[in-house]
Amino acid sequence: MTTKLLAAGLAIFASPALADTPVLTVLTYDSFTSEWGPGPAIEKGFEATCGCDVKFITAGDGAALLARVKLEGADSKADLVVGLDTNLTADATATGLFAPVTAQANTLPVPFEDPNFIPFDWGYFAFVYDKTKVTTPPTSFEELAASNLKVVIEDPRSSTPGLGLVLWVKAAYGDKAPQIWADLADNIITVTPGWSEAYGMFTEGQADMVLSYTTSPAYHLIAESDDTKAAASFTEGHYMQVEVAGKLATSKQPALADAFLAYLTADAAQSTLITTNWMYPAKTPAEGLPKGFETLIQPAKSLLMTAADAEAARAPAIAEWQAALSK
Amino acid sequence: MLTLENLVLTQDEFRLTADWKVQAGERVALIGPSGAGKSTLLMALAGFFAPAAGSILWQGADLAEVAPGDRPLTILFQDQNLFPHLTLAQNLGLGLSPTLRLTQAQTTQIETALLRVGLAGMQARKPGQLSGGQQGRAALARALLRARPVLLLDEPFAALGPALKAEMLELLDEVATATGAAVLMVTHDPNDAKHFADKTVLVADGVAQAPVATAELFADPPPALHDYLG
Amino acid sequence: MVAARADSFALAPADLQALRFTLLQASLSAAVSSLLAIPVARALFRRRFPLRGALISLLAAPFVLPVVVAVMGLLTVFGRGGPINTGLAWFGLPEVSIFGLHGIVLANVFFNLPLATRMLLHGWQAIPAERFRLAQSLGLPPSAQFRHLEAPMLRARLPGIFAVILLICLASFAIALMLGGGPKASTLELAIYQSLRFEFDLGRAALLAAVQFALCAAITLAAARLTLPQGFGAGLSRHLQISAPNGWRRALDIIAVIVAAVFLFAPLLAVVIKGLPGLTTLPNGLWPAALRSVSVAIVSAVLATSAALILANGAAHSKSRMIELAAMLPLAASSLVLGTGLFLLVRPFIAPENLALAITILVNATLTLPYLFRLLLPEARQLQADYGRLTESLGLPRRTILRFVTLPRLARPLGYGAGLAAALSMGDLGVIALFAGDGGATLPLFVQHLIGAYRLQQAAAAALILVALSFVLFWAFDRLGSHYADA
Repeated sequence: MTTKLLAAGLAIFASPALADTPVLTVLTYDSFTSEWGPGPAIEKGFEATCGCDVKFITAGDGAALLARVKLEGADSKADLVVGLDTNLTADATATGLFAPVTAQANTLPVPFEDPNFIPFDWGYFAFVYDKTKVTTPPTSFEELAASNLKVVIEDPRSSTPGLGLVLWVKAAYGDKAPQIWADLADNIITVTPGWSEAYGMFTEGQADMVLSYTTSPAYHLIAESDDTKAAASFTEGHYMQVEVAGKLATSKQPALADAFLAYLTADAAQSTLITTNWMYPAKTPAEGLPKGFETLIQPAKSLLMTAADAEAARAPAIAEWQAALSK
Repeated sequence: MLTLENLVLTQDEFRLTADWKVQAGERVALIGPSGAGKSTLLMALAGFFAPAAGSILWQGADLAEVAPGDRPLTILFQDQNLFPHLTLAQNLGLGLSPTLRLTQAQTTQIETALLRVGLAGMQARKPGQLSGGQQGRAALARALLRARPVLLLDEPFAALGPALKAEMLELLDEVATATGAAVLMVTHDPNDAKHFADKTVLVADGVAQAPVATAELFADPPPALHDYLG
Repeated sequence: MVAARADSFALAPADLQALRFTLLQASLSAAVSSLLAIPVARALFRRRFPLRGALISLLAAPFVLPVVVAVMGLLTVFGRGGPINTGLAWFGLPEVSIFGLHGIVLANVFFNLPLATRMLLHGWQAIPAERFRLAQSLGLPPSAQFRHLEAPMLRARLPGIFAVILLICLASFAIALMLGGGPKASTLELAIYQSLRFEFDLGRAALLAAVQFALCAAITLAAARLTLPQGFGAGLSRHLQISAPNGWRRALDIIAVIVAAVFLFAPLLAVVIKGLPGLTTLPNGLWPAALRSVSVAIVSAVLATSAALILANGAAHSKSRMIELAAMLPLAASSLVLGTGLFLLVRPFIAPENLALAITILVNATLTLPYLFRLLLPEARQLQADYGRLTESLGLPRRTILRFVTLPRLARPLGYGAGLAAALSMGDLGVIALFAGDGGATLPLFVQHLIGAYRLQQAAAAALILVALSFVLFWAFDRLGSHYADA
């Protein structure tokens, strides 16, 4: 009884849902929905065709999204989850909360097969530097370790790029990874909780290089006409981040959810994603990539662990990283 | 009538007993060596010190469960009798209306009380702007307004000069007469007792003796008083 | 709620190392902050100089800066290419890196020195002027004045101040992470964060949170045991001019004030300078976000201040340490843990995103409560010691005591505390990120979005606005308190 009263009391403060049009609830990371993220344009574009109301609910980032899905379990209000990456999909699949989806064509440089998730954009991790300050960038982790360059990286325990870097070194060096980390220790000036702190420190000149994406220089070039930033191309290859979307099995709007996934991977949304998320599109749109993207480095080798491998490698790889850098 | 019935006060090594009465309107001085327990006895009467045994009665009713502010008495401490951030009018007003929502009549009462203690027109002053004597007067003015049947004084005038103190005792006498209050005053000065109090309680050696006529007591001092007077 | 999900686990070696490091950095930071605050607070207390009032007001500024903004400001000054290293290079000295344990301590001192100074200054101001007058009339030299008046005050206040700062530093994982230079600078809070987010191991998170709680409880109790009543008695609020000693003591005071001012304001200046260019191109969403933040800040400040006053009054009247312990414990809880707990609590009844602002207010109020409580407790105790008997003997009802005694006598720390709470709540990012729905961003989240979209110049400008608004809020509450106290 008290529970019901409390629920009724709380319901007064809730914003009333629109009764007549169906609502599609999308759980995504918060920067997706920001003024500069892809959210607003995609919401508008999809609502124009679906006769529905798209509502975003947000969590901090990919890892927080998954935590939220697990917290809510089977009674989640969300229909879709947009913004997990392949390091999280094995864990996400294991919850049994995701429904199979229809695969969409993609132009990823590696084969992608996952019955529950659809990729919507991707990028290569890379160390970004300032061309005016670093004239001969390193071409491998070993060269970086041997140099005097100072880098700032993200913590794998609290950020997606940080985890990507640890898996990158693991995928490229396997059992030699602890040695690489030990050699890199004197180059790493600090480890930040997230990407924004690291990138901020880099632009403030505190470090020579920052762990980011090969596509980061495209923002400076296209939006700021600043061509001084570049990513260092590593001969070991570059680890990829593939961002995916999935449908929750409990969705009350499965058809609408499928339509949204199809829209997300079609040209309009894909074009939006390029210049809002500053990542590569999962399927290159008909008009191609914006001018400026041709200046970006093209890694000779794409590294990506399968979802299952990434899941298995994560904890030991972080432990290796931690042990090597704690000495 | 205030009754102290087999009262026992203890604190660590200290122990004090009292078993006597004070009639309405009586003036009683409490005298005795330092540390004998004069102030503690007053604190017990005012409700700030719980007796170990015995009881304190007013008109036959036990005061044990009565909160300090609800007891039929007003107490003047050695210091801190006024709130420094409030004006005199407010400090006095607290004695009339605990919510400080004063009626016109009460405001007039406060002005009259201030006039009576020689602080006419000083309603708006704060205690920090007053001399020590004036602060004592203000505290007495509040006691006048509260008009409780018992007035306890814990040496509030000890710091004043002889002339000023005599003035204050005179004022106290006026206030007590006006309110008909019984007065219990702690003092270390035999002259205070002789000038002001009909009766005196000797507090020494763990006992607060029953009040006896002041003149008789000093005419033939018991050994404890003799030692104290030196 | 989170604790209810705890299972039995053992702490991993990495957790033990994190625990050790957490304690080390926190106790070093707290010790340095409290000790450096002594000369600064004393100089501010006994000297009068132009801009003294402004300096005291601005002392709150570092404390209310969002961590990321402050760290960037510190990096500009102490980092690579900053004035310190440029100066060293001038003399042919090697560059000093800010990253490492010393960097963490530096940042923590930057945040907490002003807090410690303000709390000590309150302590000095609470010594009745009459006592100083007495000491000076007795011809006591400054050293004797220190021994008889100032040392007892410090003895009474420092354990509490040390404990608050220690507790603040325990829970500050962002500073340790950003400036620590690597995972050896891991703190317990980070381990909690990791297990909640990546591993989604509520059991382990609960265990770690419990360890942090136990640690904070032990510190609070130890501080309470060491805190003595100071027993100066009350003064008459007289405005007495206390003359200050001359000679080398004067020089020392001048140096203390100047060094503190430069140390605290250089990074602030850096934040301002960096923010200015972006002010011309502020994005549209900024003002609604600012409005949301200001409302959240004001409501949670009022809530937290009321709760802290009630608790401090309760603690001042009772001998039991339980209230004190209860009021200090939120310091041990991170906003992530509290937020997750609340999330689990409200979810069965309502979509949390619809309550995002309400929950943010609640969590912010809870998290700021301990600071306010610590600030108010000594004042409430003093008030009780000085006027408790008088209010009781007059039989004043609670409401009268509150309105005519407590509020006016505590107006200064109440205003200051509410200001701090408002500013802290302005700068907090933790909870809203858990709940924010469509377009419900607060200003710190908005800044985060700007950085995430590479718009660093606009982000710097938005951060400047955030800092300015926080400070205005703080200043307004603080002024209100002083105004009421002087009235």
